[in-house]
Amino acid sequence: MSAIDINIHCKIFPAIGKAGENLAIKNLQFSIDSGEFVCLVGPSGSGKTTLLNLIAELDEDYEGEITVGCNETDSKIGYIFQNPRLLPWRTVRENIELVMNSGHSSTIVDELLGVMQLTEAQQVYPERLSLGMSRRVSIIRAFAIEPDVLLMDEPFVSLDAPTARQVRELLVKLWCNRPHTVLFVTHDLREAITLADRIIFLSARPMTVVSEIAVTIPRAGRHNEGVVEVFRQQLLNDYPEIKQLL
Amino acid sequence: MPVLSLLVLLAVWQALAIYLNNNLLPTPATVATVFWLESVSGQLPYHMGVTLLRLLASFSIAMFLGCAIGIALGRNKKLDAFFDNWLVIFLNVPALVTIILCYVWFGLVESAAILAVVVNKLPNVIVTIREGTRRLDQDLLEMGCSFHFSARKMLVHVIWPQLHPFVMAATRSGLALIWKIILVVELLGRSNGMGYQLHLFFQLFDVASILAYTIAFVAIIQLIELMILKPLDKKSLRWRR
Repeated sequence: MSAIDINIHCKIFPAIGKAGENLAIKNLQFSIDSGEFVCLVGPSGSGKTTLLNLIAELDEDYEGEITVGCNETDSKIGYIFQNPRLLPWRTVRENIELVMNSGHSSTIVDELLGVMQLTEAQQVYPERLSLGMSRRVSIIRAFAIEPDVLLMDEPFVSLDAPTARQVRELLVKLWCNRPHTVLFVTHDLREAITLADRIIFLSARPMTVVSEIAVTIPRAGRHNEGVVEVFRQQLLNDYPEIKQLL
Repeated sequence: MPVLSLLVLLAVWQALAIYLNNNLLPTPATVATVFWLESVSGQLPYHMGVTLLRLLASFSIAMFLGCAIGIALGRNKKLDAFFDNWLVIFLNVPALVTIILCYVWFGLVESAAILAVVVNKLPNVIVTIREGTRRLDQDLLEMGCSFHFSARKMLVHVIWPQLHPFVMAATRSGLALIWKIILVVELLGRSNGMGYQLHLFFQLFDVASILAYTIAFVAIIQLIELMILKPLDKKSLRWRR
């Protein structure tokens, strides 16, 4: 059973000032299975964030349909934005607890803070955090609502390589503890290969699917950068059309 | 340093009063005596209290309505486009005109006095809060939406903290404005309060009393700033680096 079905005929941004009408997405179709980890890879500015906003129902002005989960129950969507978007006037812990239902158990928060190594920082205000820490808080916030679907919009961009790797490993750890459907946007193919079950390559505007490729390396072997690199080279050879998207 | 500068001001006043030797500028000591006598007789506290009550009532109404309308206009472009002209008109009606009209239309009653002050202050609050609402961080609003925040949660945790500086600005400028308008309201149509008393002293050319009341007045405003507004600022800005 698929967790997300996307069938968008078109998404147009209306003209503002001198900039004309902008066709962002055209005939975009794909579906994602329940519990699958899918990476969306495409050039920057292609409309990947727009797509996530459509799925999260932040933007409902488009033609087509998006189904998340089965129709009887509303699926909970956790959204990790490109910038952490923490409320600066609430502490780390308050930021996390705010998105949870009243009557939540504090053990979940404690546990997540522990995994993300933020227990010490839970009473700190976000302006005192480093970017890497803020990112981790925003990941915890999305996990805290125990989402059925997790949307992630380049959450590791502008982190230095070691920090990005560390947060990425923590993310995988969280995801393995409680598997759920993930849609992860990135323009870094190595990152996509490390994380995904399947990679969907998207074109520049107007955005549409170029190809879908399953990542066949077992998860256990993916921390080895050599293995990832070999797979990447092979991908680029087998699918020359994706080269221009990177 | 502030104590020193106040002492210098007092000294200048004293020297000037002695030099002029005229009861149109009494010495600080004379004013202090009047202040003491008025306080003991209960006159000063009574009239000050009445004015403060009017201040509290009109300020609360103006701030509450102003915040509600300001947020509504800031969030809704159509509403804003429709009422923008109204705002400009009400902003520019002279305070005296509103006061006179309120008294003419509703009689020389307490509610007319409060209404006159509210009508004078309200447009200022609306404009300030509307500006604040327009500057709300879109990213944080989207965050709230994506996690399905209730309207109350959104207001308390996302919107209000961002409006805080604008509310404080409206409060400070509001207090200063309302003080001055209330005195005119009282002077024109009430039989108690600071404005009424000042009018009385003016007719008697009693400068010492006028100065005594003025100083009491300024002291109260300083107290409000120090005891209420400053701590509020400090509490709500504790998260800043």
